[in-house]
Amino acid sequence: MSIKDKYVLRFTRLNRGLHVFMIISFLILSLTGMSLKFSYTGWAKVLSKFFGGFESAGYWHRFAAVIMIIVFVAHLVDVVRVKRKEFSSWKALLIGKNSMLFNKKDWQDFKESLKWFIGKGERPEYGRWTYWEKFDYFAVFWGMFVIGSTGMTLWFPEFFTNFFPGWMLNVATIIHSDEALLATGFIFTIHFFNTHLRPEKFPMDIVIFSGRVPLEEFKLDRPQEYKELVEKGELDKYIVEQYPPIVLRGMKIFGWTALSIGFSIIIWIIYAMIFVYR
Amino acid sequence: MNKIISLLVFIILSFPQIFSQSNEECLMCHDDPRFKAKINKRTVSLHVSPNSFTSSVHGDLDCVDCHEDIDAENIPHRSELTKVECGDCHDEVQELYVECFHGKAKEKGDPLAPLCQDCHGNHDIIPVKDHYSAVAPLKIPSLCGRCHREGTPVQLQRNIPQDRILENYSQSIHGEGLLNKGLVVSATCVSCHSPHRILPHTDPRSTISRQNIASTCAVCHAEIETVHRQIIRGELWEKQAHILPACVDCHQPHEIRRVYYDYGMADKDCLECHDNPNIVASTDGRSLFINYEELKLSRHTNIACGQCHSEVNLSKHRPCETIEKDVDCSTCHEEVGVEYSISMHGTLVAEMDENAPTCKECHGTHGTLGRLNPQSPTFAINIPNLCGKCHREGETATVRYTGTEKDIVNHYSQSIHGKGLLKSGLTVTATCTDCHTAHKVLPHTNPESSINHNNISNTCGTCHHGIEEQFAKSVHSPLISDTDKELPVCFDCHSAHEIKRADTEGFKLEIMTQCGRCHEEIAETYFDTYHGKVSQLGYTKTAKCYDCHGAHDILPTINPESKLSRENVVETCRTCHPSANRQFAGYLTHATHHDPDKYPFLFWAFWGMTGLLVGTFIIAGAHTLLWLPRSLEWRRKLKKMKKENDEKSEINEENIEEKE
Repeated sequence: MSIKDKYVLRFTRLNRGLHVFMIISFLILSLTGMSLKFSYTGWAKVLSKFFGGFESAGYWHRFAAVIMIIVFVAHLVDVVRVKRKEFSSWKALLIGKNSMLFNKKDWQDFKESLKWFIGKGERPEYGRWTYWEKFDYFAVFWGMFVIGSTGMTLWFPEFFTNFFPGWMLNVATIIHSDEALLATGFIFTIHFFNTHLRPEKFPMDIVIFSGRVPLEEFKLDRPQEYKELVEKGELDKYIVEQYPPIVLRGMKIFGWTALSIGFSIIIWIIYAMIFVYR
Repeated sequence: MNKIISLLVFIILSFPQIFSQSNEECLMCHDDPRFKAKINKRTVSLHVSPNSFTSSVHGDLDCVDCHEDIDAENIPHRSELTKVECGDCHDEVQELYVECFHGKAKEKGDPLAPLCQDCHGNHDIIPVKDHYSAVAPLKIPSLCGRCHREGTPVQLQRNIPQDRILENYSQSIHGEGLLNKGLVVSATCVSCHSPHRILPHTDPRSTISRQNIASTCAVCHAEIETVHRQIIRGELWEKQAHILPACVDCHQPHEIRRVYYDYGMADKDCLECHDNPNIVASTDGRSLFINYEELKLSRHTNIACGQCHSEVNLSKHRPCETIEKDVDCSTCHEEVGVEYSISMHGTLVAEMDENAPTCKECHGTHGTLGRLNPQSPTFAINIPNLCGKCHREGETATVRYTGTEKDIVNHYSQSIHGKGLLKSGLTVTATCTDCHTAHKVLPHTNPESSINHNNISNTCGTCHHGIEEQFAKSVHSPLISDTDKELPVCFDCHSAHEIKRADTEGFKLEIMTQCGRCHEEIAETYFDTYHGKVSQLGYTKTAKCYDCHGAHDILPTINPESKLSRENVVETCRTCHPSANRQFAGYLTHATHHDPDKYPFLFWAFWGMTGLLVGTFIIAGAHTLLWLPRSLEWRRKLKKMKKENDEKSEINEENIEEKE
């Protein structure tokens, strides 16, 4: 096997699966949600009709919300499982080398990155998870908490008004809707750029579906992680073969679809906010 | 003859006791005005005035001539005498009376049956020719009217087919002649009905039967045939009365009209020319053919040509040559004529506008039919087409019209009224004329118009009465709200011609903008909330204005009856949200996050979220943009490295091959 054919496994099968479901549910939620938020635009009406009218779009929205919650819960369960299997304690997991929590190195990476951006330094040696990836990860936690809780309030207003005054529903609407705008806006621009559109990955990085990075690219992209693996002599454990082309093709089609939907939503939102905002 | 006289003399002489009872003797008691007796538990005066008796037609007779059962030997006579039989002397009259209604009733013992004395009186009967007679012509109407007047037992309890007899008579030409002008030769009740043999008109012997009425009338109206010769030729009038119209067919009994038709042209005379299908006007060549059958089937089947074409002159060879004006329908249809003359159509006609419709444009001419006849152009279902002849887009009326209502016939046809009428065939559905009236069609700007802003509620209320009642109590009613602003009326929400069913999607979605035309701010904030956003997507199940506020019965929220009063608001929410509670009802259905004073929570929630959003994007966006140039650089580096690697591996491969 030449180096050309060597791939490093970056994501587990479960994580890849969860991300696929995350994409699907997130797209459905954005499409149906934005059609309501921007109901005064023409595209919103078309979109709403596409989902079988508003009532049906509402069912889609709640259905997707349930999927997303399942994905979220599945991930938490997975974290617990990983902790049991690989770590002695929660503390070990949280401050361990592959932890998703921000640590000192992230802060250093961030500062070095900025220096690199303005030409005053070299590219930092990023580890397994870069600080922007960690940011994305916790953005989901934040989003799940904010959008999820307000969403539940709006789903069962009659129940929740037993505990809160009615105007809280108005507040919940604003928070739910604006946080959703932030989430879609962030995912479809910043996240898309950071992972797919940035020139070195352009037009798309399918690692999240295949889980495999070419060893060569891995070496350059995550020098720190590579170094550590080599030092520990664990690299071979992660070396896998690439999927056959037909599978990769399927992944690319799915990726392209998701990207296009995301970009479309961004264009619609920008159109609505600039031209017909009220 | 001599024998009879001598016989009479003999009888008189042989029974002197009969005459022993002289009138003086009777008057000894009966001259006393206080002389009374109780008969059948009723106190009856037995007073007979000698003066009035002696001056009566019977003044020469003795009391006992009539009161035959008085026994001369026993004076005073027994208290109850048998009734006097006038018929003993007046046998001819008696015969007639027995046959007549009144006589028959008496025979049956009808207590209401009139006897001789009921009309003629008893001891004081004076000659008919005397104006003081109870049966003098001037007194007849009131005499007969004693029983044949509205409200009397006879009129109420007996089968009398005519009503208001006395009233109608007194207004008729006969009654006026008699009662107002004192013309005692004018016909009274008895002139037509005969005084004593009053028979129903169905009885062939009756003076008012079909066969006899002509001769009855002709008693006074001698040679009336000459006047009526065009209608009833000569002696036919009397001889074959059963096939000809009788006097009463035209001149109704008791209400004989004071109308004289010029000479009374007979239709037949007109048809001599106008029955020819080829007859045309010499002036403009239009056909003058009259389809007489059509006329006979029309509403005017009993109207003669001359009644409408009133300028005919019989003395002319062509009686119609004197006709100058068009037929004026308002001669008979006076009220309609007045309405029409002030209507838009009438005004335009007065201005000689050639497009303006006159009566015949809608009602036709000789074949005119009643509006209840499905063949009639004025039958409900045909009205939209009828009006559409001019008011359809592109037709004469729409060319002149400058208002906002366009394509009204099509819009109407698709409206709930139009569908009801044209698809479901509901003839009670509102057509053009129900709202605009048939004859008094006026533009809505005219205060008299049925569709004027102030009158439209009333107009719609003729059918939608319950709604009108609700509306009158609502905030939109001028009776409740005193405001300078124009309050909405039916068509402001329902439109004029496109009226939709209120339970259709289109109506439900439109109503929000309809309310929003006046309630601008509140409508805008409604669209900022969930209900409004969903509605905007064309979804009708979420609450619209009227779901919470009501439709026609909107009341101010301070009114406890209001759907949104503190007492009712939770119940109103529950119509859609069954388990709604009081706090749920606190949801701000018209909230905006742009008003920090009114809705500080929403305002700060919105700006807090917006700050978070903007902040995140600025930081992440800057990070990304700064990254871009380095990333490009990195891309080139990667490519280069990849190329080197490829070359390297190629060399390696070559080396391997070489080794092999």
